[in-house]
Amino acid sequence: MYRNEKIKLFVINRIEWIILASAIATPFIFNFSPYFQGLLIFVLLWVIMGTSWNLLAGFTGQVSFGHAAYFGIGAYAAALPYLHWGISPWWGLLTGGITAVILGYVLGIMVFRLRGPYFALGTLASAEILRIIFGEEKWLSNGHNGILYMTTWVSKYPYYFVALILTIGTILSVKIVMKSKAGYYFLSIREDEDAAEAIGIDTKKYKNIATIISTFWAGMAGAFYMIYMGFVDPETVFALHNISIITILVGIIGGVGTIWGPAVGAVIMVLVQELFRSSFFGLAPDWVSRFHAMAFGLLVIFVILYVAGGVVGDWDLIAKKFRLKKSAEQ
Amino acid sequence: MDLVFQTLVYGLLISGLYAMIGIGMTLIMGVLGIINLAHGQLMMVAMYITWVLWQYTGIDPYLSIFITIPFIFFLGQGISQYLLYPLIKKESILPENQVLMTVGIGVVLVELIRAIFSSDYRSVRTSYTDASIHLGPIFLNVPLAIAFLISIFFTIGLFILLTKTDLGRSIRATAQDRSAATLMGISVKKITILTYGIGSALVGAAGVLLLPVYYLFPDVGPIFTVKAFVITLLGGLGSPIGAIIGGLVLGVSETVGATYLSMGYRDAIGLVIFLLVLVFLPGGLKRITKI
Repeated sequence: MYRNEKIKLFVINRIEWIILASAIATPFIFNFSPYFQGLLIFVLLWVIMGTSWNLLAGFTGQVSFGHAAYFGIGAYAAALPYLHWGISPWWGLLTGGITAVILGYVLGIMVFRLRGPYFALGTLASAEILRIIFGEEKWLSNGHNGILYMTTWVSKYPYYFVALILTIGTILSVKIVMKSKAGYYFLSIREDEDAAEAIGIDTKKYKNIATIISTFWAGMAGAFYMIYMGFVDPETVFALHNISIITILVGIIGGVGTIWGPAVGAVIMVLVQELFRSSFFGLAPDWVSRFHAMAFGLLVIFVILYVAGGVVGDWDLIAKKFRLKKSAEQ
Repeated sequence: MDLVFQTLVYGLLISGLYAMIGIGMTLIMGVLGIINLAHGQLMMVAMYITWVLWQYTGIDPYLSIFITIPFIFFLGQGISQYLLYPLIKKESILPENQVLMTVGIGVVLVELIRAIFSSDYRSVRTSYTDASIHLGPIFLNVPLAIAFLISIFFTIGLFILLTKTDLGRSIRATAQDRSAATLMGISVKKITILTYGIGSALVGAAGVLLLPVYYLFPDVGPIFTVKAFVITLLGGLGSPIGAIIGGLVLGVSETVGATYLSMGYRDAIGLVIFLLVLVFLPGGLKRITKI
């Protein structure tokens, strides 16, 4: 019985194989413009960030408002050795995640004493403090001027595959851990921390496990961002709005506490923003493009109000509504 | 020595505005039980309305309070009635649903303003912006001094409202115990919506008063949201007097830090104090002052 469950851990269902295959095949079949290739990479980057946030917030109930801290420290873990000693940022794919885990653990000592809104604010404040430190300490990080690095490849496809590997790693690790015993402990902490503690779950330990996995992938995403963009500065990688908040919104739209939620959310986010940015492929008047970020915000408000579980979490509900409409039309 | 006094005076003046921002947040915290992460964004909207009025019709920023505050008040009421209140009864995986909603509202407000006015820095330059009064060796910046006086006026008015009127008592009752308040015949829904309106109006007023001495761009909102929760937490959540003390502590420590440490760390000081309080003094200064 037990052995069967162990084997089941690694079973990827049919839809997931199809998604994986199409993600690998896409660059070989279609000849996308570099702009579109960049979009694909950004989708993957947000999938990593959203999924890693979701493990901590959606499954373990620790709603972090400071995921930019781990993203940023990962990016700087790749960039700082390059700045000071000329070591290639590619080593960041080794060090970025580990640095983020260390930071996550240290911050965890402080913020895991807190709960609910206090935890959210504590994480938010930590990320903001890091942003200010990296902006001010010029000897350490070159301050607001940032760190520049010549990217390795001109083509974007190699980066796409690196991002894809990281994405697969993220989703797979979340899937595996959520099917293990630890996953059930996470859920019990989310549902009722005191009750979990009372039945003998070491909540501190399991919150730390969730943090380690979550921050590791956030740090890797940061390191990848540095390698891919070739530029890092504190205002972009530690951004409260553009990283921490967007990560949360991606998770909410897709569905908090579902494995594929943040992935779907990331696709929706980039899709909505790009549709607006291009004024619906030039069909709508020009000024529409200025509302691209707002459109996404409105979508988030709509989702929280009417589909609280997110697109994936409340998929049955959405499908039912559409089916009802169809039958009414007939 | 003069520099010390100058720094303290400046900190004191700015803390009047901080107190007003904090009281708005603490009221919302007490009654709705959420941290309002759209707080600074509401302030930013108020600042833009004032700026538009000043730029295109030439209305003085202090006069435009009478237009801006009602607008922000009704905006806040609308937000709480149609966006926040419906969530109270809704089942969701994360209990922080309303907080996440305020995040969404904040994003929409910032992006709406950015789409209309672009990200350019703007400011209101009135004839008295750079005026100052000499008090011995100390300079008093006139707009900041006016802002301080008006904010004291607003704060006292709010305290009279909270302690002497039926409405104020209902607000405090709702903050203490929702179900008991309902049983006493208070329309909790009405109070909840109204409180968010009052909180928004207060922070909006603070924005208007700050405008002559500050500059304006869409991302000014998040900066003040962060300041608002630092103030609120310093004073202990849900305590208006605590918010005043919190505002004072933040205002003075920020200016002292900016003078003696570095200008760049100005915004970090509040956050460090905030983390220290969170870890070592949960419950805020309320624990020490007992109010």
